[in-house]
Amino acid sequence: MNNPFRTTRRNTGELIAEWSIRAVASLSIIVIFLIFVFVFREASTLFLGDSDEATPQSAQVSQQDSAPPTASTSEPEVYNPEAEEPEVYNPVAEAPSSGEEGAPGEFIYIATNPAYPHIYNPSTGLIPPDIDAASTEEDVVLGDTLSFTENFFSSTWQPVGEVPKFGIVPLLIGTAKTTLIAILIGAPLGILAALFVAFFAKPWIREIVKPGIELLAGFPSVVIGFFCLVSVASWVQDITGVPYRLNAIVGGIGLSLAVIPIVFSIAEDALSAVPKTLREASLALGSTEWQTAYRVMLPAAAPGVFAAVLLGIGRAFGETMIAIMATGNAPLSTFSPFEPARTVAATIGSEMGEVVWGSEHYGVLFLLGVLLFVFSFGLNAITELYVKTRFIKRFQGK
Amino acid sequence: MAKDLQPKIEAHDFNFFYGQKQALFDINLTIPERRVTAFIGPSGCGKSTFLRSINRMNDLIEGTVINGQMVVDGTNVYDKEVDVVTLRRRIGMVFQKSIPFPKSIYENITYGLTLNESRTKAELDEIVEFSLRRSALWDEVKDRLNHSALGMSGGQQQRLCIARAIAINPEILLMDEPCSALDPISTAKVEELIDELKDTYTIVLVTHNMQQAGRVSDFTGFFLMGSLIEFDRTRTIFTSPSKKETEDYITGRFG
Repeated sequence: MNNPFRTTRRNTGELIAEWSIRAVASLSIIVIFLIFVFVFREASTLFLGDSDEATPQSAQVSQQDSAPPTASTSEPEVYNPEAEEPEVYNPVAEAPSSGEEGAPGEFIYIATNPAYPHIYNPSTGLIPPDIDAASTEEDVVLGDTLSFTENFFSSTWQPVGEVPKFGIVPLLIGTAKTTLIAILIGAPLGILAALFVAFFAKPWIREIVKPGIELLAGFPSVVIGFFCLVSVASWVQDITGVPYRLNAIVGGIGLSLAVIPIVFSIAEDALSAVPKTLREASLALGSTEWQTAYRVMLPAAAPGVFAAVLLGIGRAFGETMIAIMATGNAPLSTFSPFEPARTVAATIGSEMGEVVWGSEHYGVLFLLGVLLFVFSFGLNAITELYVKTRFIKRFQGK
Repeated sequence: MAKDLQPKIEAHDFNFFYGQKQALFDINLTIPERRVTAFIGPSGCGKSTFLRSINRMNDLIEGTVINGQMVVDGTNVYDKEVDVVTLRRRIGMVFQKSIPFPKSIYENITYGLTLNESRTKAELDEIVEFSLRRSALWDEVKDRLNHSALGMSGGQQQRLCIARAIAINPEILLMDEPCSALDPISTAKVEELIDELKDTYTIVLVTHNMQQAGRVSDFTGFFLMGSLIEFDRTRTIFTSPSKKETEDYITGRFG
């Protein structure tokens, strides 16, 4: 058979390259999928079978098991680690003036005095009256009777204690607060900077500003967090006179520093990709540069600019280090921007390292991870389904 | 130039540079009011550059240098006192490629109108209808004014661009190869349109199509290598040109 279209022998190197590309691509997809599976599986221990009852108890047991030996053996009245069991608790015996001394004591007190699970004043053994209201006996009793769902949607996040409370409401409020502030600051600044660089800046200014802002995207977030912790917090306090140095505003400003470069670079790409002829056509009709940018170029680049803002939101609620350092990190159920906040990501970041493996707390942290996943999926779905169809149409005509 | 013609645009020793490269050499010509003037010449001869110099669109290009005068209605448009935005509102422009804004047909027409002054909806409706009727587009689009202009055909888009330009009621209409991307039927429609518009506007047209220049224009200028070789009535240029280069180009010996 003399078939003119018969398969010619392929170059071996080409074949290897093709197959390795396929392998790497499949691997990366599989890895992402496995991360999903892992996070969902770890979180699912909360719901599967009778673990609703079993897990918390086992968690507390294991918590006590893993506690220092002094915890289960000593009595609070005779708290004297050096005298009682010097051979067991050697570090304290050798360094009795260590500042850490209160820590084991606190644990003992809590373990044996369930009436006052949260607050202990080592010097007097009494609860300070001004914060007494924060936790009462009723609270504890209530906590005992709460089902997991009620607990989960309550407004108290106290994962470590006699009765652990996993109310995620303050975390959601904190995330919403800081993300909103970050995007309210970051999106306009990022978009305006993109407009400036794309249409108004002289070439040499563009050469400096564009890479400069994009460099900020690769800035270590811990440095931004540190900067906010030290400087921005002071400025905000000087200007507003708020009682709490670290609060949602400071955190939002910190997050906006991470958001701006992302919004800027994607929005700038989108604006630069709009055909130059459109700009000429608009200017030829006697519009100013600003009218052209605002009324023609921005709507024409709307899909890209919306994508930029949504990615910025994703960055803001996923950002961990800045949120840990600059928000005050206190899970309060308040919508006031001048009070400390704690985000979902910051909670995972700061508690996952100390959590008891397999405990309810552990499961709840993974559940928060699932929430983050679901939220970013939701955000992308909104982009695809809503923004790309209706919103763009409104800007570009039906 | 005949006595009944008023000069609208005059170039006096106009030189133009892209950086070091000189694109126009000592252009002197007078474009009469309410006539169609066509510029012909091979690619890169400077005719588009000259056209874009009239409404200062070349300002958008970095590193251009101008020398000489471009006078519109007795004012040198490169004077310091001239506001380029006001200038461009009096000089409409249609480009080679149709460039509708990514908005509805209605908003495309009203864009230039709503920039500097507010108008009532009734006024806008009236102007939209008037402009679309003048550009022979009204019957085709009157039922879908709120649809995106991007959904129109190429010929319709180009006529929309003309409608958009005449909506702001300019005195001069610059057309930079308006038909080069159009099919013959659309081209015929645009040419008809030019013929109708010339009673109201001073039209300056750049074209590669010599037949088109012959069909629609009253005056024709022939550019070559950045110089204006000849400028005269179209009939004269096409029947008895005074320069050898013009004759060679028109008879198809080069270009």
